[in-house]
Amino acid sequence: MSLLAVEGLTKHFTARGGVVRAVDGLDFTVRAGQTLGLVGESGCGKTTTGRMLVRLLEPTGGRIVFEDRDITHLGRRAMRPLRQDLQIIFQDPYATLNPRHTVGRIVAMPLTVNGTRPPGGVKKRVQELLELVGLNPEHYNRYPHEFSGGQRQRVGIARALALRPKLIVADEPVSALDVSIQAQVINLLRQLQRDLGLAFVFIAHDLAVVRHFCQRVAVMYLGRIVEIGERDEIYERPRHPYTRALLSAIPDVAKLGQSEGRIRLTGDVPTPMNPPSGCRFRTRCWKAQDICATEEPPLTAGVACHFPEPEGAP
Amino acid sequence: MVRFLIKRLLSVSLTLFAVSVVSFLMFFALPRDPVTGMCPKNCNAERLERVRQELGLNDPKVEQYAAYMKGIFVGRDLGSAQGGKCEAPCLGYSYVNSEAVTDTLGRVLPVTLSIVIPAAILWLLLGVGLGMLSALRRGTLIDRLAIGFSLTGASMQLYFVGALLLLIFTYQLKIVPVPHYTSILDNPLDWASGLVLAWIALAFLFSAIYARLARAQMLETLSEDFVRTARAKGLAKRTVYGRHALRAAITPLVTIAGLDVGAALGGTVITETTFGIQGLGRTAVYAVRGGDLPMIMATVLIAAVFVVIANLVVDLLYAAIDPRVRLS
Amino acid sequence: MSLSPEVLEPVPVADAAPAPKGVVGRSPGQLAWMRLRRDRTAMISGCTLLFLMLVALAAPLIEVLYGVGPHDEFKHLLTRRGSIPLGYAGGVSADHWFGIEPGTGRDIFIRMVYGLRTSIFIALASAIVTAGLGVTAGILAGYLGGWVDTVISWITDFALALPFLIFALAVMRPVELRFYGPREEVPTWFRVAVLIAIFAAFGWTSTARLVRGQVISLREREFIEAARASGAGLGHILFRQLLPNLWAPILVSFSLAVPAYVTGEAALSFLGIGIVDPTPDFGAMIFRSIAYLQTDPAYVFFPGITIFALVLAFNLFGDALRDALDPKSSR
Repeated sequence: MSLLAVEGLTKHFTARGGVVRAVDGLDFTVRAGQTLGLVGESGCGKTTTGRMLVRLLEPTGGRIVFEDRDITHLGRRAMRPLRQDLQIIFQDPYATLNPRHTVGRIVAMPLTVNGTRPPGGVKKRVQELLELVGLNPEHYNRYPHEFSGGQRQRVGIARALALRPKLIVADEPVSALDVSIQAQVINLLRQLQRDLGLAFVFIAHDLAVVRHFCQRVAVMYLGRIVEIGERDEIYERPRHPYTRALLSAIPDVAKLGQSEGRIRLTGDVPTPMNPPSGCRFRTRCWKAQDICATEEPPLTAGVACHFPEPEGAP
Repeated sequence: MVRFLIKRLLSVSLTLFAVSVVSFLMFFALPRDPVTGMCPKNCNAERLERVRQELGLNDPKVEQYAAYMKGIFVGRDLGSAQGGKCEAPCLGYSYVNSEAVTDTLGRVLPVTLSIVIPAAILWLLLGVGLGMLSALRRGTLIDRLAIGFSLTGASMQLYFVGALLLLIFTYQLKIVPVPHYTSILDNPLDWASGLVLAWIALAFLFSAIYARLARAQMLETLSEDFVRTARAKGLAKRTVYGRHALRAAITPLVTIAGLDVGAALGGTVITETTFGIQGLGRTAVYAVRGGDLPMIMATVLIAAVFVVIANLVVDLLYAAIDPRVRLS
Repeated sequence: MSLSPEVLEPVPVADAAPAPKGVVGRSPGQLAWMRLRRDRTAMISGCTLLFLMLVALAAPLIEVLYGVGPHDEFKHLLTRRGSIPLGYAGGVSADHWFGIEPGTGRDIFIRMVYGLRTSIFIALASAIVTAGLGVTAGILAGYLGGWVDTVISWITDFALALPFLIFALAVMRPVELRFYGPREEVPTWFRVAVLIAIFAAFGWTSTARLVRGQVISLREREFIEAARASGAGLGHILFRQLLPNLWAPILVSFSLAVPAYVTGEAALSFLGIGIVDPTPDFGAMIFRSIAYLQTDPAYVFFPGITIFALVLAFNLFGDALRDALDPKSSR
């Protein structure tokens, strides 16, 4: 049984001059305790997807099923008990914390809002949480401006953990941090994931971080999933041309100085207001044929391409 | 540009319409009985009823409003008690001296304009000049004096400044005659000497505000990259400050200048009362004291028209200078 | 820049940077207060304000100690013809510190103490009502957006098109006529209430504008989304999350609104529209003094300088407050 199942999830924004198809029909599932990485270039709809999963954005179409319950259009009140199971961590460590609240108050917010009274009191629970994310529980009364970026991100994580969620959507949780701090925060998340049995939808554009953290990976391009599969499958034997191009862009110390094997994509990402017909990647694909312009390849066996690399090929 | 113009004109008409409705409601619907307010003394019941009949105050409010607006655009017949036929633009007749409101306005408007326009020129020059100077000489004695000046001016009361000016220049030194109004066409020298104290009083207060704004604006502009780039390119200080910085700094001031026409009109009420000059403002005050509703309504409308048109002119100027404005 | 998995492994989970000792942090508000405390201008103007407010509050007490009431008349200290005070500087003496009024023979000092009370009360009350209305409207317009925003923004723009002083002076009389007959005496409390209502009706739009802008920039912040993602309702988001971040602009606009209302009230009273004689009021006093400018020039100075000091102190304090709350803004 899957914890979260998404079917044909769609989000269209109406903007000046047309409709932006930010997310255009996603299908994926996340099992309890599993981590799914959602990768893609900026503007491919990953963040929009994350916001829809925790119902910060109203989906235009499709379904979100959480623990066999359709939560796609639940109202705020009906959503409330589910909020406890479904939390989010944000990207910007500076915008994620209310500058006028103490850290204690910030971490306690989910408890106060839901009227939850943990055994031993709110303060005790908050201090436990601070300790859990590697912060000094004595810093309960401090304000966000007194913390570094990495520490703030830990506070954000503690807040997300306050209600003991089953699934956390992590929206680029480390991309705004220094590289050395990134490692610490990622390790913290991994440890929490193991210890607490949390499921994650981990949104990132950094493939190395995703490889380190996620068991399964979904690659997005222009609002659609082009390839989805187990981590090793994706990283070792990518089948979609776009995935190959993305992976080839990761600098590899072992191959320093070599330029072969590196795939350079030409052209810009088309606008999601007017995506290309057929396969969306065809305008930048070196394998594109006539059929790619007329027929959209369905996501079968984990890849959406008319001419995928054969399975098992390196 | 044409589209922008049409859009702005539409919104201006909408605003003016709203102003006219609000002021009409205020003066003709708010009082329990407008007529008793109109003749505080010597009014017996019979006369009141007749006036009420002739003014159409017993008609529904919408009809009264329509009749009033019709008067402005095509003229209307107000009946014998009101002076008969009233040509467009008809704003009715004063209940105090039975003069057509438009005639009164025609007489007092030049007075107010004679006060506001020279004063505005004076305060813009003085304020912007002082602000620029203190920004360029930041931290020096000149800067401090300018800051002190603008703080004093911003906290001074117009009538207190006016009283001081009167006291010093008219009553003590006796170098300026008692303020009065002569048409500029009759005697320009007398016109100027009669209004000079009013100009100074207004200019002192408003230039204080402008000096402050101009200084802040100029300091901000001076720290911007394009100014530094221009300096680094080797352009002369004078060219950079005079041509590049000044232009960037002055645009926001244009907006405020437009908005301040309204404030200045308010200011003339006080100026005129302080110096005893009969302009639009003092006419409004007298009308309010005497309960002369058609006159109050007319002054409010005129003042609102001034403000709205000033804003429109500012918007158009902006659009002409900066093409981005037209799009948003 | 990207990192390879090898880099990730050996780093232990630990506090990124050990925070300094001490348990209680300083809130942004406390930091602003410390900056304010260090600002000499702020302290001097603040103390002046406090003093003037105490004087205003203690007016009846001062009356008892001083021994003269605001309506007591000392006609015997005036000249027979012209009713001008005898003695120097408008009749300044040990009994009448600021002299006495020409014409009526009332004591200027005690009238100013009471005038201060009228002025400060009306200005503060108007500023509070204005802030309440403006903040509510601004938050609603900024956070809800849509038609609420459209309507509120339009009203705001509309109010800007009205020349305030002329409108305020014009509306006074019709409002009085609504509740009182043309020859009835209008009580002072009613005039005060109408003045406050007029100031609030015109003033809320600028606060609303300011707050709306702030809310729009805060609305998309992630801490608001975090609250929503935890199931917070509108009330929690508006008042617990947004409002604490709005205190700075609200305080600044409040502190600059008060002197504007002091000026506005005095101006209306100067024009004979606001507070009228015999209620003590600066504006009304200065209006009376204009007529005696030639014969008793001292009369205009006391109320003129006091109101100047009051407004200047408020303005200076407001500026200092803005600097303290927003250190980035340069003067």
